[in-house]
Amino acid sequence: MSQTATPSDIAAAYIQHGPYGVGHDPHGHGHREARGHGSGGPAPKRVIIGYGFWIFLLSDIVMFSGFFAAYAVLAHATAGGPTGKDLFDLKRVGIETGCLLASSFTCGLAYVAATMKKQLQTQFWMLVTGLLGLVFVILEVLEFYEMVVAGAGPTRSAFLSAFFALVGCHGLHVTVGGLWLGTMMAQIWFKGFRPHIMRRLLCFNLFWHALDIIWVALFTIVYLLGAGA
Amino acid sequence: MNLLGKLDWSAIPLDQPIPLIASAVAGGAVVAVLVYAWTKGWWPYLWHEWLTSVDHKRVGVMYVILACLMLLRGFADAIMMRSQQALALHGAAGYLPPEHYDQVFSAHGTIMIFFGAMPFVIGLMNFVVPLQLGVRDVAFPTLNSTGFWLTASGALLVNISLVIGEFARTGWLPYPPLSELAYSPGVGVDYYLWALQISGIGTLTTGINLVTTILKMRAPGMSYLRMPMFCWTSLASNLLIVAAFPILTATLAMLTLDRYLGFHFFTNEAGGNPMMFVNLIWAWGHPEVYILVLPAFGIFSEVFSTFSAKPLFGYRSMVMATLFICLVSFVVWLHHFFTMGAGGDVNAFFGISTSIIAVGTGVKVYNWLFTMYGGRVRFSVPMLWALGFVVTFVIGGMTGVLLAVPPADFVLHNSMFLVAHFHNVIIGGVLFGVFAGYEYWFPKAFGFRLHEGWGKTAFWLTLTGFVATFTPLYIVGLEGMTRRLQHIDNPLWDPWILLSGLGTVIIFLGVVSQIVQLVVSIRMREQLRDVTGDPWDGRSLEWVTPSPPPTFNFPVLYDVHGEEAYWGIKQAAIAQEKLHQEPDYHAIEMPRNSPTGIITAFFASFMGFALIWHIWWMVALGFVGAYATFVIFAWRDEDEYEIPAEEVARVDRARREARGPEWLATLERPA
Repeated sequence: MSQTATPSDIAAAYIQHGPYGVGHDPHGHGHREARGHGSGGPAPKRVIIGYGFWIFLLSDIVMFSGFFAAYAVLAHATAGGPTGKDLFDLKRVGIETGCLLASSFTCGLAYVAATMKKQLQTQFWMLVTGLLGLVFVILEVLEFYEMVVAGAGPTRSAFLSAFFALVGCHGLHVTVGGLWLGTMMAQIWFKGFRPHIMRRLLCFNLFWHALDIIWVALFTIVYLLGAGA
Repeated sequence: MNLLGKLDWSAIPLDQPIPLIASAVAGGAVVAVLVYAWTKGWWPYLWHEWLTSVDHKRVGVMYVILACLMLLRGFADAIMMRSQQALALHGAAGYLPPEHYDQVFSAHGTIMIFFGAMPFVIGLMNFVVPLQLGVRDVAFPTLNSTGFWLTASGALLVNISLVIGEFARTGWLPYPPLSELAYSPGVGVDYYLWALQISGIGTLTTGINLVTTILKMRAPGMSYLRMPMFCWTSLASNLLIVAAFPILTATLAMLTLDRYLGFHFFTNEAGGNPMMFVNLIWAWGHPEVYILVLPAFGIFSEVFSTFSAKPLFGYRSMVMATLFICLVSFVVWLHHFFTMGAGGDVNAFFGISTSIIAVGTGVKVYNWLFTMYGGRVRFSVPMLWALGFVVTFVIGGMTGVLLAVPPADFVLHNSMFLVAHFHNVIIGGVLFGVFAGYEYWFPKAFGFRLHEGWGKTAFWLTLTGFVATFTPLYIVGLEGMTRRLQHIDNPLWDPWILLSGLGTVIIFLGVVSQIVQLVVSIRMREQLRDVTGDPWDGRSLEWVTPSPPPTFNFPVLYDVHGEEAYWGIKQAAIAQEKLHQEPDYHAIEMPRNSPTGIITAFFASFMGFALIWHIWWMVALGFVGAYATFVIFAWRDEDEYEIPAEEVARVDRARREARGPEWLATLERPA
């Protein structure tokens, strides 16, 4: 453990160096290199916003973990009703997965195009991202619809409740992400690549990729394990 | 289909005079205040300077005002419970019928935790943390304001349940299957669910905001181990918010799905599992206890150090103890239901982990005691609350360790002993903490101190009343009285219940003293004026600013050369017999005020109300409104404005004026 400075050392340092920090922009955000670890003062806005959004994503993942835990507890509580093996169509879910993973890739391409300030390319890749997301949501809604019609809706058993809640919650995130995507496209179209728009686009990218991460866990735990068991 | 969903005239409890009169009085008071503000022409000021403010200091103050109002509401519930029990002895009926009494204790717990303690703690963190970190704002100012207004929206819904419909009768945590539609068909549980979901979003945004602020925005030179202790405990608390509140959101969402769409998460039939709710809710609920109490620990650390004129003893061990508690708080949740029957091994694990938390807390208590040792202790009001806390909290902590022993818990589970224990730690820990913080930082927020005499009166009455109220509850708990009894048939308990009722009267006098203190202080504000901005001879950076601080907090960012930056700056000034020379003043950019928060909360309130009463068109309208607000806010370009260098210079020169050589001469010389 390093020796801590005594109060008189600190006072001496203030006498020698003065009390004021130097080299900050008017907002109080620090040097471009500052990362908020102390020495350089507050981090620049881009770092702060990206970091804050990561924290939000972590909290969102914690929320999903609640639904995952519930699913794990209730996975075998089928109450005599259909099991995952009876219900899951891995082919369709495979296409869903493909769409979502591909959309993550195109979302990244959109960000690359945006950093090069290419309006049409950015819009194109965002549109592709949105369409792939839409296909994903439509396939998921189709799956839900067929299950409900077949008498395997969420009210049938605790297993199905947990299934619909977990998968539906992810689907809801994709849908909300789609709304956000549309808003972002409009903003980029009318406002161009201003710094605050770019920061939002960064956050949107993080969000979209995080949905992929959750889907990978969901695909594995719900569909692959469920269809195999 | 009914246009108003389940809502009709039968929702108004015309046959129950108590809620009707209470809400008429409360509603009348609100209307009177609004009309008074209107006749005085204050509305433009309130709207532009407060309601739409994104300044962390103003948002913090509004949180505390909301908390104080809700603490009064929760206390009114407490008076009703204590008086009902005191009147319903020997088969007497008392004045609250069981279905009403059940709502009262449910509302009491819900309001005190979610809308009293939480906003108070969050308000203080909001106000103080950026000042202590030496920066100009939080990371996300508009989000901060939105979080506040969503919390207020949740509080509004809970209070609306007093007149329209009913509140939950399930206790402050709605355990299924009782809270399922089959056994609670009314709207009470729905009020609970939506109020908490909406305010929970607000809490989560605060957590994200403050974690980011503390980890990414600190004055130059402020490394982690130079942060004031309150910032450390706030960091721990907000990390817990980020990690625990989403569990609450998920759990309440599951119960909502059960109630609204016939899911089977927690039902008795179709494979549902009620004990899963209990596990999930306490996986949030136990960290929640530390979300509340850790910031209070931080406040006490600041107070003990300031009023003993010494640096905090064992700073590093304090940091470690805080993070230790933060971590371990996630592996103790099962101690809330040892009686579930998880088996000896599981119960032993959770019993031991619970007891171990007392080690971290013990480290803190000794650090506070050693901070006072050898110091020049001033017994000002914040210090009295801190001292009262040490005594009461140690007792509460020890009964907690007792409850952590599974065999003892099997006897004491859901008894009045438990009630006494958690009030002992929450009142003695959290409430005393926020009261100390309120007295300590009030001069910083408003530029004048609170009246000392009335503050001391309030402290002694509250402490006495607290002991008189809750000690008897320990005793009846040991004698076998369970919690939440609407009437009492065991004559053995009579004297204790009456004594406890008397204690509540004394607490009531304490509450009155605190209100009087505020009124008297406002009237005497010229005599109590804090001219220098450093009324307590403080040690951290919030005291370097004038009181109240300007919007931009600091004219230039201060450099941090060690722990207790301001103490060092002050000692340097004393040694040189003058303040350091003026800095170069520059224009400062600050975020513009924004009505986003209040408008979002407006739509959220409608949406919540509509969801509770199944008014589906209103739900859709509320959602569209909230989305439109989001788009419009996102479309705004000019979100900052500039404060000219002359204005910055004027404010800072006035501050330097007040801190002239005469003031420096009054300060203690370094030993």
